[in-house]
Amino acid sequence: MANITIDGKPYAVKDGITIIEAIDEAKIELPRYCYHPALSIAGNCRICQVEVEKMPRTVIACNTRVAEGMVIHTQSQKAKESQAVVLEFLLANHPLDCPVCDQSGECKLQDYYMQVGLYDPKFDDVKVKKTKKAFAIGPTIMLDQERCILCTRCVRFADEVTKTHDFGVFNRGDHSELDIYPGKTLDNKYSGNVADICPVGALTDRDFRFKMRVWYLGSQASVCPGCSRGCNISIEYEKSRPYHLKEERIMRLKPRENPEVNKWWICDEGRYGYKPVDFGRLKTLKTNLNGNTAPFDWKAALEEIAVILKSAHPHRWALAASPEYTNEELYLQKKIFLDELKWNHVGFKAPGQEGYEDSFLMKADKNPNSAGAAQILGLEAGREVLTPIVEKAKRGELEGLFIFAHDLAKIYGAETLALVRKNVKTIIFEGPNQNATSDAADIVLPSASYAEKDGTFTNFEGRVQRIRKAVEPLGGSRPAWEILLELAGVLGMDLSYARPEFIFSDLAKENEAFGGLTFKQIGPAGRVWNKK
Amino acid sequence: MTEPILSRNFNVPNAWKLSVAGPRGAYETARKVLLAMKPEEIVQTVTASNLRGLGGAGFPTGKKWQFLPKDNPKPVYLVVNADEGEPGTFKDRYILERDPHQLIEGIVLSAFAIRSHKAYIYIRGEYVEPYQNLKAALDEAYAENFLGKNIFGSGWDLDLVVHRGAGAYICGEETALLNSLEGGKGFPRLKPPFPAIVGLFGCPTIINNVETLACVPHILKNGAEWFANLGSPGNGGTHLFSVSGHVKKPGVYELPMGTPLRQMIYTHAGGIRNDRALKAVIPGGISAKILTAGEIDVKMDYDGLKAAGTMLGSAGVMVMDETTCMVKMLLVAAKFFAHESCGQCSPCREGTGWAYKVVQRIYSGEGDLRDLDTLLKVARNMEGRTICVFADAAAWPIQSYITKFRKEFENYILNHKKAGAVHG
Repeated sequence: MANITIDGKPYAVKDGITIIEAIDEAKIELPRYCYHPALSIAGNCRICQVEVEKMPRTVIACNTRVAEGMVIHTQSQKAKESQAVVLEFLLANHPLDCPVCDQSGECKLQDYYMQVGLYDPKFDDVKVKKTKKAFAIGPTIMLDQERCILCTRCVRFADEVTKTHDFGVFNRGDHSELDIYPGKTLDNKYSGNVADICPVGALTDRDFRFKMRVWYLGSQASVCPGCSRGCNISIEYEKSRPYHLKEERIMRLKPRENPEVNKWWICDEGRYGYKPVDFGRLKTLKTNLNGNTAPFDWKAALEEIAVILKSAHPHRWALAASPEYTNEELYLQKKIFLDELKWNHVGFKAPGQEGYEDSFLMKADKNPNSAGAAQILGLEAGREVLTPIVEKAKRGELEGLFIFAHDLAKIYGAETLALVRKNVKTIIFEGPNQNATSDAADIVLPSASYAEKDGTFTNFEGRVQRIRKAVEPLGGSRPAWEILLELAGVLGMDLSYARPEFIFSDLAKENEAFGGLTFKQIGPAGRVWNKK
Repeated sequence: MTEPILSRNFNVPNAWKLSVAGPRGAYETARKVLLAMKPEEIVQTVTASNLRGLGGAGFPTGKKWQFLPKDNPKPVYLVVNADEGEPGTFKDRYILERDPHQLIEGIVLSAFAIRSHKAYIYIRGEYVEPYQNLKAALDEAYAENFLGKNIFGSGWDLDLVVHRGAGAYICGEETALLNSLEGGKGFPRLKPPFPAIVGLFGCPTIINNVETLACVPHILKNGAEWFANLGSPGNGGTHLFSVSGHVKKPGVYELPMGTPLRQMIYTHAGGIRNDRALKAVIPGGISAKILTAGEIDVKMDYDGLKAAGTMLGSAGVMVMDETTCMVKMLLVAAKFFAHESCGQCSPCREGTGWAYKVVQRIYSGEGDLRDLDTLLKVARNMEGRTICVFADAAAWPIQSYITKFRKEFENYILNHKKAGAVHG
């Protein structure tokens, strides 16, 4: 350990770390552009200047290591002057086109100008013109060379993280330009991250561009439902201008730092996979039962379902649970269908749906909670697959199916769905999005998407992580845990919870893998369960 | 003046050929030393000779060699900086073109001293004739087994590769040179780590200037004390001074370290052309701060010029007579630095371009008296805030020209102001 002083306060820090790491640990704000904890040190932006006593000049915090007894000032006149003049240089050729720049509001040039700006511009000459403005360098990212401050974060990201080596700095001096290599397009599976790490408006996200000024956004910490990695994300949604984009509430997803799961990154598949929250949704209850298509309310619908389920033979009905649902919801499904109704045919795993996997973040299993589903439903290996149930349904051996979210047409083909429909008397569908199976169902219960409810997912390595409600359930949809609780009530079961948190604590009592965990303990970084 | 040492073959026709250089003593020292001395003894001798890096920084050579890690499992590289690009400097060119065997002998001895089996010469791309002669000399040295395996039967192997630069001034900065040599862009590296620890291809590397290495055979032949006594205290040996500008006899002069500047201009270089009055002298390449006519009673060595507020640098002495326009001089310097800034660090990238624009504006008659303070501010703000010393080098001409010739700049601005100029 090294004993150092930062801005008058003593700190004991690990030997050999850089001053900027010590400053970050101490949660002191210091301007930086090129420095990013995930990337190699470039030391080129020069703004993280600090004063170190007994050193003749200010030094950059990112490339200076702490030493015993070091006395560091981030706010002294000398340090601030150094930071200010570097910022002045960075702005000399910057177009200052904030009014038409999508980065406005989350731009580090703006932020640091508020902190250390000189407010006395001296640059009185013609700025350097660069060629590429609003230039699409790939399907996801737009480049503006004039706004670029050449910090090379994107260059290093592509060199060191994705190893796709897309970017370079071309030319020299104040004519230096950030660009991708000639003949290339930026088209890798993690390309969206460069817009996140770009501290200015040089690389912007084509999907989000001009959709909304960032100060209108609300943000909620959640977990990406795109695969079993469970990357930590912020769901960013419009919070104050419902008239702006009528149908769309989720504006974008951003990665949220979690060193144990996704570091600072998410893949493009996850980043741009938020559209189903606002589009293609089931918004109203629906029934075709007994030719009665009149709209009915939740109470009537669930009572009708209760009547059906109570009279159903446990071996003649099947449950298609879903690994897209939360641990709490799967626990309620287990309570209702396995413990109470004693159904025999249960599965949740859809075959043939594995996707792209790499050694970085992306997992083949595109469900967020397969591990939780397997643990909670407690199915033996091989029994979790839906196929035997569907085969039985096709052969007419089942009277009814209760399907959560799955689309049999997508998994097994339209002919299979048609055959199932023909041979199964009653199909109840519960899910957030419309699909061929919901179209074919007798009763459709619209449920909330992951962005509209609270709960937990368990990722591939058994890390239990919190998802949180960002926006209200769309239309007439309700969170599945609420629907299931009400169904349990009409079935006469004694199940009552005010919030998913309490469902989880009963799950943790009952299921050893979750034993001892609480929402509080899970915290922002998640917790790995107890399963050996 | 003592006998010429480094320049003794400069005026001998075809001295770049072994058939001429050999009978004049080339490789005699290397043959003796490799068979008789231990590497540590060479390092000690060079340290005691007070040889300082003659590329510009003046760092003691022996001390630099001693920075190499002990018990190092990686290969050690010797890199020869022959990227002589400092405006006003043309001394290494003479060695490369006229006496390359002197350099190769120095490389053999120095590589042996630092236990390196692979050396690189990074030669400025524009140096075509020097490259051709150097390459021919290299081939001859290989043919005679002065390079290659088991040199002089000593058991010592050394490979020497010549690599030509592609025209960037910054590649003369030693770590930018390493990046360029590795095939990357010529961006100076963050220090620490220093090249002696992490250098070429991540291995311990010593980078020395051409002239520095050319001194080594002479030091080992005649002894450290002899060499140290040639110069001034702490500044061993002689130095090749490139004298250019408004003198009667411009050229490369080999003079002892510490020779007075006045003597250099008026005795050795024959005085000012047309016997005009002297106005100013840049003593160490374009980066060095300028000296006025009244400031030339200085000793031309590292310490003497430092005391005078400037630097010996590359020993490129540029002499200006009374007809010289300082605004135009600054325009030339500012243009050079704006053109050659690598663009890596923001203060230098933006500062050099900014300064050039302002000077350009002044020169074209659109300047304002306020611009002089803006220039000084830009110079002060980029100085000392970057990875390498390029920004400092770009700042010093601005600061010294404007400070020492402020009246001339002010008069220029007032007298050249165009009617209806946008600025001012």
